[in-house]
Amino acid sequence: MSYDARFKVWRGDADGGGLQDYTVEVNEGEVVLDIIHRLQATQAPDLAVRWNCKAGKCGSCSAEVNGRPRLLCMTRMSTFEESQTITVTPLRTFPVQRDLVTDVSFNYQKAREVQAFTPPEDLQPGDYRMQQVDVQRSQEFRKCIECFLCQDVCHVVRDHEDNKQAFAGPRFLMRVAELDMHPLDTADRRPAAREQHGLGYCNITKCCTEVCPEHIKITDNALIPLKERVVDRHYDPVVWLGSKIRRRKD
Amino acid sequence: MSNAPFSGGVHAPGRARIAARTLREDRWWLQPFLTFVCFSAWLLYGLVRASLQKDYFVADYGYLTPFYSPCLSTSCEPGSAHFGTPFGEWPALIPFAALTLPFLLLFRLTCYYYRKAYYRSFWMSPPACAVPEAHRDYSGETRFPLIMQNLHRYFFYAAVLISLINTYDVLHAFRGKDGGFGLGLGTLILLANVVLLWCYTLGCHSCRNIVGGRLNHFSKHPLRYKAWGLVGRLNARHMTFAWVTLGSLVVTDAYIALVSAGTISDLRIIN
Repeated sequence: MSYDARFKVWRGDADGGGLQDYTVEVNEGEVVLDIIHRLQATQAPDLAVRWNCKAGKCGSCSAEVNGRPRLLCMTRMSTFEESQTITVTPLRTFPVQRDLVTDVSFNYQKAREVQAFTPPEDLQPGDYRMQQVDVQRSQEFRKCIECFLCQDVCHVVRDHEDNKQAFAGPRFLMRVAELDMHPLDTADRRPAAREQHGLGYCNITKCCTEVCPEHIKITDNALIPLKERVVDRHYDPVVWLGSKIRRRKD
Repeated sequence: MSNAPFSGGVHAPGRARIAARTLREDRWWLQPFLTFVCFSAWLLYGLVRASLQKDYFVADYGYLTPFYSPCLSTSCEPGSAHFGTPFGEWPALIPFAALTLPFLLLFRLTCYYYRKAYYRSFWMSPPACAVPEAHRDYSGETRFPLIMQNLHRYFFYAAVLISLINTYDVLHAFRGKDGGFGLGLGTLILLANVVLLWCYTLGCHSCRNIVGGRLNHFSKHPLRYKAWGLVGRLNARHMTFAWVTLGSLVVTDAYIALVSAGTISDLRIIN
C-alpha cells in the first residue's frame, strides 16, 4: 500500500538554511531513510545525508525526526499517521556541514581525551584468565555503535555550547565507567571522571538512555555507578577509611 | 529561513539554523506536568498530616502511621511510643517524627530517580528530551548546593534504620483487641507498605554500589556478586517503587487516620 507523505527537510549549511517542503511516495515497510533516498533520487539529487549500513549498526544516519534524535534507518514510516507532516533535521547539538550532515568531531576529540586501557605493566599474555562475570557488566557498553544520539540529546551540551569543553558527554563517560570497572585496568580514572570529563555536570535526566538505539542503560548502569565510584573516592570517608585499614584492592 | 535570533544552545553559531527551539509535536509536557502535580500534592498531604498531631494511632490494634514513627515524646498517645519517651512535652505543629522525617525526605530528595523527576518537572532542566531547558547557565551537580546530592548514601543508611523501625511498628500491628494475636486489614496494609518500602530502599543505586557495584572482580566475591544481582533486580524497578511507595504511604496513613478518627472501623480477619 503506497501513499504520498508530506515531509519538511532541513536544507542548508553553516551560513543558513531552512525547512523545505516535499511530497514523497511511501511504500509499506519503509523507514525514513528509504524516503530520504527516494527524495534524493527523484527531487533533490544534491541532498546531503550520511548513511551506511541501513541496519542500525553503523550509527551513521543519526538525525532528528519530528524533533527527536533518531537513526533514520530505524525509524519506521508506519509509526506515523499518513496525514502527518514529518520533519527531518540534522542533529542540533553539532555544527552543520550541509543538509542532514553534521560535524561530529567534538566526539572524536572527547574520545581522545579518555586514557586508553592500561593493564599492569608486568602482565604477560596468558597470565590472567578472565572470568565471564568480571566482564559481562562492561559488555553492555560495548554494544555502543557511536551514533552519538546520546551526545546530541544531552542538554548539558545541547543547550549550553560553553559546556562542551568541560563535559565529555554520556558516551565517553560510559567509556570511562567501562574501563574503571575492568578488572585489569590500573589507571586511576575517578579523579579524571570528576575533573577532566565533567561527570558532575550530568544530572541524570536519562535522555541518553531514552534515545539509545542499542537500548543500553547508560544512566543506570554506567553514569550512576560511575558517580557512586567517585563518591567512594571523594565524598565518603567511611569507604576511604575502610580502604586504608584493609589495604585491599577490589 | 527564519529571522529569529541565534545565540546559545540549539541556536549556537554553526548549528543548523532552525528557529523553533524544539520540533517535538507530541505531548512532551504531560509527564513533567503530572509529576509536578503529584509530587506537590504528596508533599502538601505529608506536611499537613505530619503536623496535625492527631489520628495517627489505633490503640486497640497497635496501628501507628509511618508519618508518626517513631513517636518519642510524652505527648504521644499511650501505647504509640514503641521506643520509649526520651523527650518530654512536644511543641504543637512540629511532627512527632521530626527526628526521622527529614532524613526520609532527604533520602528521596537525593535519590537518583527523584532527581531525574524533579529536575525535569520542577526545574525544567530539561523538561523533556530535546526540549530546551529554561536556564541560561548550567553547572549541574558540580557546585553547592547540588554537589550535596553526593551525600545520598548517608541518607540511604538512615533510611535503612528507619525501615527497621517501620518493620518493628508492623510487628506491633499484629495485635487483637484483647492484647493477643490479631490480624486486620490495617495490619495487611501496614505490612504491604513496609515490604514496598524495603523494595524501594534496597533498590537504591547507592545500595547497589555498596553491596557489590564498586567491585571489579566479581569472581572473587561470589556472595557480593549475588547480592549485587538481587539489588539490581530491585534497582531496575526503582522508579516503580518510588511511585508505589508514595501511594502506599498515603494509603496507610489515610486508613489509620480514618480508623483512628472513628470514621470507619477496621476490617478484622482474626481477633
